[in-house]
Amino acid sequence: MKNLLLMAKLDIKESARSRWFFVYLLVFGGLMALFFITGITDSVVMGFTGLSRLLLVYMQVTIVILPIFILITTVKSISGDRESAILEYMLSFPVSLKDYYWGKMLGRFVIVFTPVFLALLMGVVYGVIKGGELPWKMLLVYSALLLSLCAVFLGIAFFISTLVKSHDVALGASFVVWITLLAFIDIALIGLMLQNRWDDNFIITLALLNPMEVFRVGAISLFDPELTVMGPVAYFLLDTFGHTLFLVYAVLYPIFLGAVFAFLGYYAFRKKDLL
Amino acid sequence: MIEVKDAVKRFLDTNVLDHVDLVIERGDKIALMGPNGAGKTTLVRSILGFYHLDSGKIEVEGYDPIKNRVKVLEKISFIPQTPPPIKLSLTELLEYVSKSTGTKEEDIKEEAKRMDLDISKNLAKPFFKLSGGMKQKLLIAIALAKRSDILIFDEPTANLDPKAREKFYHLLSELPQEVSTLFITHRIEEVEGLINRKIYMDLGKVVEDERL
Repeated sequence: MKNLLLMAKLDIKESARSRWFFVYLLVFGGLMALFFITGITDSVVMGFTGLSRLLLVYMQVTIVILPIFILITTVKSISGDRESAILEYMLSFPVSLKDYYWGKMLGRFVIVFTPVFLALLMGVVYGVIKGGELPWKMLLVYSALLLSLCAVFLGIAFFISTLVKSHDVALGASFVVWITLLAFIDIALIGLMLQNRWDDNFIITLALLNPMEVFRVGAISLFDPELTVMGPVAYFLLDTFGHTLFLVYAVLYPIFLGAVFAFLGYYAFRKKDLL
Repeated sequence: MIEVKDAVKRFLDTNVLDHVDLVIERGDKIALMGPNGAGKTTLVRSILGFYHLDSGKIEVEGYDPIKNRVKVLEKISFIPQTPPPIKLSLTELLEYVSKSTGTKEEDIKEEAKRMDLDISKNLAKPFFKLSGGMKQKLLIAIALAKRSDILIFDEPTANLDPKAREKFYHLLSELPQEVSTLFITHRIEEVEGLINRKIYMDLGKVVEDERL
């Protein structure tokens, strides 16, 4: 446990100094600042104004960019260290593979979750200062959704990182995962439904298995479960499962999926050659 | 101390370690030689627990390097041929070594001084930004400060100037008699005075094992 926390601490310190983290901070902090400057809180679109509108836009953007950011910055964590012989040296010290792997993951989780959470808080504080009410429920649910989105993509990234020996292949695999999941959010699913080639139940299952779609539906459903931008699959999911049950699923399923991938990655890390 | 029994490691249908048998006793000072691809690095990496053998077994003081890697690595110090581009600052690297091995940071700084390396001015610097020679000296200082029973060096003087090499060999000559050392080297003449055993590998086999 002592070494696990040591690995986490060192990974946080190392990442906090890196260029990718600076860009990451800039993107999420900058996004929120951009929303303030462009007056999103003052605009009215589809009946939503103020803080709700700000958070809706933030979550919409997050769905697209957070997964790819986590994937491309994390897949190099172990595969990059392996390629540059850092892993060989660092693992020549008496640190268990369990402490090394989970410590790295814990450190990386803190480093990817903190900026998106702080940006969310920044938005809420700004909205409250502008005279809005503090949306407790929204803040809690969005924090939980962001946490679970970070967890699932970290799990996938560590899985790829341990399985693939080359950094370039790991990056390529990340893009494939991201594009595939992005393609199967509501927009593509509508296309499949319209073609009438696949059974509707199959399409609904696809939606339920896709952590990005689950996040999207969970996030948007806080505004209005009948919102037209949600798409027919999302509408069907909410109608079938009910709002609360779906929110619980939207938070727990990605965490579960991330844990499964993380454990598979750990298994491969232990059972395969380290170099 | 280290026992390699009928070890086989295969990469892409080639036996990189081909039924290797080897016993390293306490106090053995070994030069491990052989052409590129002979299996020297694979053997060392297997002893360090990086590779899973296809068959056979390796034991370090009775411990399996895969199943008991922490126990095994407590007894070994390793210096790679080329210092890796570690992004941790020197302070962080010393913290990692010190907390994972129980080595005092002061001891590492002391060993570094004996290698003519004053790290106090560079503590905030990332390791990879040091010069090649400084990096190698620090890795040597860490390995010596760890006070391990077995020291494994993979061409450790590749980045050192002649004066630093002399220093390094002098420090090694001061090691306690019971400490075992294993040098992977192509320049036997440099370590000749420090060794009592020569092992020659080729095509994954130990082809010569001579006690001096």
